[in-house]
Amino acid sequence: MKAARFDYERPANLDAALALLGNEGAFAKVLAGGQSLGPMLNLRLVRPDLLVDVRRIPELTQAATHDGALILGAATTHAAIEDGRVPDATRGMMAAVASGIAYRPVRNRGTIGGSLAHADPAADWPTCLAALGAEALIAGARGQRAVPMREFLASAFETSLRADEILEAVRVPVLSARARWGFYKVCRKTGEFAQGIAAVVDDPERAGARVAVGATGSAPIIIEDAGALLRRPFDAGAAARLLRERGLGGDEIDMQIHVAALKRAILRLH
Amino acid sequence: MSAKPIAMSINGRKVEAAVEPRLSLADYLREHLLLTGTHLGCEHGVCGACTIMIDGAPARSCIALAVACDGAEIRTIEGFDDDPAMAELRLAFGECHGLQCGYCTPAMLIVARDIVLRLPEADEARIRVELSGNLCRCTGYVGIVKAIRQVLDKRRG
Repeated sequence: MKAARFDYERPANLDAALALLGNEGAFAKVLAGGQSLGPMLNLRLVRPDLLVDVRRIPELTQAATHDGALILGAATTHAAIEDGRVPDATRGMMAAVASGIAYRPVRNRGTIGGSLAHADPAADWPTCLAALGAEALIAGARGQRAVPMREFLASAFETSLRADEILEAVRVPVLSARARWGFYKVCRKTGEFAQGIAAVVDDPERAGARVAVGATGSAPIIIEDAGALLRRPFDAGAAARLLRERGLGGDEIDMQIHVAALKRAILRLH
Repeated sequence: MSAKPIAMSINGRKVEAAVEPRLSLADYLREHLLLTGTHLGCEHGVCGACTIMIDGAPARSCIALAVACDGAEIRTIEGFDDDPAMAELRLAFGECHGLQCGYCTPAMLIVARDIVLRLPEADEARIRVELSGNLCRCTGYVGIVKAIRQVLDKRRG
């Protein structure tokens, strides 16, 4: 399949990109690495009038630690995170998660911001960043706003980004030296989208234990103060009841997959 | 939609053109430049057959737009004649039955070279994980994995 016709602009900076998105006459999509949008264009699942290519905009390629948090530009590739070409704020968690996304040729182009803005429930970053307590830094004509993952990830393929805004960066709190993390996803094939994902971050010097369960068919389920879930032996029945209470749908097999992912993420805490 | 000017380096040669924004890099290479060593399978980034090098790293050319690669350095399977690692892999693929119909082979070689150069310590399990984004419907992967192992083993001495 070939994409339907669209126009293309590559603005030099964030303000010029925002101006292009602010034109209400045209349906514009933001293009970064194109690893989700590219297939959708080819399959004609999306037919924009205009693509606004933000991959090389300087604000979106920054990576620096400020005031106890890593600010990672939205156009940072998965491969850059996997290879440690950006600072590590998460004791290796983000590098490990990045290394399991799709395949290396996809990770070389695909970006963390593109993945978040696309908000596929089965993608890795929404669940990982929710467990890390990260925020989305969103640029708009009226300035920048910081939105926690809980609010940013609204539903399947739905975020709180407005049509005239751009996800500029993510802010990830630096984990303390005592922090532990665990991540597990259930896939039928290496690199495929997950059937169930769980991310656990336990930082006694910060927010305590936080759990996020993804590939739910909607936004990840985020459980704060999740210390009780981490007790050994793992109580699968209690975990299932909690996930059901928090809105995990599907049948018993779906539940089993998500509970298994959660158990394995907890067992991998280190 | 008006054509957009692009300039890029393809296998070391400077190329300039005006392209429709929706033109994929793969179609630009194949249809406009007749570099048909890059193959198209699924055209949505899953099968890996179109994998080439963009700015020194393997990438899918079927979901890359030619216009978005303005300024890039592109290297296709036709651009590896003098590459030492690729020469070793070509020989090993032949010796180990790393191909049958050959459709996946150009991209397999590009990913195999990336494994050999980026992950010199890779074992068989790691090779298989790294190859998981490239589908082969003939070989069952045994010969491909064996060929990559053979090159890695020789390079490790």
